[in-house]
Amino acid sequence: MKKLLSIVLALIMLVSCFALAACGDANNDAKDTDAATDTGAADTNGEVNANADFKLGVILLHDEFSTYDLNFMNGVEEAKAALGLTDEQVIMKKNIPESDACYEAACDLVDEGCNVIFADSFGHETYMIKAAKEFTDVQFCHATGTMAHTEGLANFHNAFASIYEGRYLAGVAAGLKLNEIKEAGALKGDVPKMGYVGAFTYAEVMSGYTSFYLGAKSVCPDVVMDVQFTGSWYDENAEKSAAQALIAAGCDLISQHADSMGAPTACEEANIPNVSYNGSTVEDCPNTFIVASRINWAPYFELICKNTMAGEAIPTDYTGTIATGSVVLTDVNAQAAAAGTAEKLEEVKAGLLDGSVKVFDTATEGFITVGGAALASYMADVDTDAAYEKDTEVVADGYFHESEFRSAPYFDVQIDGITLLNSAY
Amino acid sequence: MANVKKHEPLFHIVKRDRMPIWQSLIIRLAAIVLGLLFCGLLCNIILDVKPMELYKTLYDGVFGTERRIWKMAKDLAVLLCISLAVTPAFKMKFWNIGAEGQVLMSCLAAVACTIYFGGKMPNWVLLICMAAASILAGMIWAVIPAIFKAKWDTNETLFTLMMNYVATQLVAYFLIVWVPSGSSSLGEQAFGHMPIVYHRYFILVAVVAVLTIFMYIYLNYFKQGYEISVVGESQKTACYIGINVKTVIIRTLIVSGALCGIAGFLIVSALDHSVTTDAVGGRGFTAIMVSWLAKFNPLIMVATSFLIVFLQQGVYEFANDYGISTAFQNIIVGIILFFVIGCEFFINYKIMFTRKEVAKK
Repeated sequence: MKKLLSIVLALIMLVSCFALAACGDANNDAKDTDAATDTGAADTNGEVNANADFKLGVILLHDEFSTYDLNFMNGVEEAKAALGLTDEQVIMKKNIPESDACYEAACDLVDEGCNVIFADSFGHETYMIKAAKEFTDVQFCHATGTMAHTEGLANFHNAFASIYEGRYLAGVAAGLKLNEIKEAGALKGDVPKMGYVGAFTYAEVMSGYTSFYLGAKSVCPDVVMDVQFTGSWYDENAEKSAAQALIAAGCDLISQHADSMGAPTACEEANIPNVSYNGSTVEDCPNTFIVASRINWAPYFELICKNTMAGEAIPTDYTGTIATGSVVLTDVNAQAAAAGTAEKLEEVKAGLLDGSVKVFDTATEGFITVGGAALASYMADVDTDAAYEKDTEVVADGYFHESEFRSAPYFDVQIDGITLLNSAY
Repeated sequence: MANVKKHEPLFHIVKRDRMPIWQSLIIRLAAIVLGLLFCGLLCNIILDVKPMELYKTLYDGVFGTERRIWKMAKDLAVLLCISLAVTPAFKMKFWNIGAEGQVLMSCLAAVACTIYFGGKMPNWVLLICMAAASILAGMIWAVIPAIFKAKWDTNETLFTLMMNYVATQLVAYFLIVWVPSGSSSLGEQAFGHMPIVYHRYFILVAVVAVLTIFMYIYLNYFKQGYEISVVGESQKTACYIGINVKTVIIRTLIVSGALCGIAGFLIVSALDHSVTTDAVGGRGFTAIMVSWLAKFNPLIMVATSFLIVFLQQGVYEFANDYGISTAFQNIIVGIILFFVIGCEFFINYKIMFTRKEVAKK
């Protein structure tokens, strides 16, 4: 019996080894011919594809289950379609933590022949710089980072977008909704109150919720807002319970800057309107989703691919705007939004485009106040240094110049009307 | 009763005598191969991918380039180091599931050294400080539950588990203290880098190789190693032959914690030069599996950690290449482990078919 068993097992192993070897070869050949025909097709396919050995590598912190990373993945797909890149020309590495693993992934992408490598998370930056110093003939691009403009590397670039303008527009939609609730006499408290689920007490988040608040305030002057931080960029449970706590504390509307479906789901369950971020949540939240602002990364991906293919330099510090198509709003969900929202948004958007509307407007009396006083001057920490020194005056000409001295946001002022429930983070 | 006697079962199960090693090895290998065949079939059915593509991508993902081979060696070394750390405690039947927190605390200690002493002393002195701080931090985090267990017989499983959460929160706290901008992202530190000899992962791999041999000798040929086995088998026997069980528990956890400390030191000085709340990334738990699969034998752990690292890295590439969720990694690792653990049944028992038995008689 023992012998029989071992003979059978040995046989199985032998057979599978042969099968492995044989089929492996056959497949190799098949793949090689596939690749050959692909290249052939690409050559005849127009000028962009003339660069058939061009490859884009993308490093993502999480995967498609995070709205933040999904937004980048969608941008890549859109750019890929627009440029006619093949599947082989775009390599994505998902779930890369903010550690040596990022450097490793970047090196691996270089080995795979990528000409330009993009990373999507703030903490990837120092590891990307390390890779950029090692592989000087490969372009490295990093979203949300702050170091490119001072690092002085020809092949390392930062990018962000003036998303505060998108947040402001989303805030306008929120303000209109609050006005509607107020007119219907359905406010939970005396004044309209919004709740905001934030990740960290960090400039990117603070700039985001402040511009959202200002958007709402521009149409609903007596609005106030509570902000609850989760201390994590992605924590579905924490985001959901933070939203639930805000709803229980009497908020009439919720928005968030955190990457999971936690807050939108909590709103749908409690039937509280929600202004979302990174993408539409209308499918899961048909009754409460109003509108979402998001950064469309496709224009940037197209830019870095085109420039690399053409051998042209990539901007060191790129700020996408409404005009470049980088800052966009999703469709307004008529079921939840106030009447006339879409029209009003178009009007404000035109104002932002021609410069007649400023988001961080310090000139209009009572719009932005800190401790009751107007914000006449502010030193921001624009250049990264070990001491986090505040180095640049950013208030001039009646407004706070956000994302002009570098692409990543640096607005970190705590203004009146916004209460931080837990500023420990 | 008469009816029952007539109805003989189709087969029955008999405990085996000890099986020769080569035979049990064949069964285990066969289980892995069967598991891989099953995964191939699964890929074919669910994803419409040829099974051979899976195997080829697995192989390429791990051995495709020199860099990937080094990455595999590095990942194997880190996992193995943490597995070595949990082994003495587990051998003693002290269920230490706190390796995650112990390693994380030692990472935190090492990074603290780079932040407070970086640039103020020569690199080699800093590295010694980091190693000392890491080992100390790992030891403290391991010995606290051990003392409670030895003195008051508290439940070490819950205690060590909770210590993991405390460690995570401490890291989150220090990231807020150290990063005034509020991003909680420390980034790579400029000081306290392990010198590069031959290859940037070489020292790490070499240190773990030495540790593996040391642990093998420690567990098998040292008096302390023997005491660990005795306490693991029966605390009463240990008492009877004059082993101080409390001392052994505390001492063993100090060894465990020190090894976790070395793992944390290596992660910070040779790899990340930074710390995040998921710097250990669950390897403190995976290590338990590695150790257990190898029946607490450090040399076999090289193979079991290779199996897990190979599958994780290989399936990661496969999932990326075919645009599948990277959660697929866990599915494949789970299936293979199911087969590997399942095959233990065939090593410990044999199935006797009733008819054949009758025929033989």
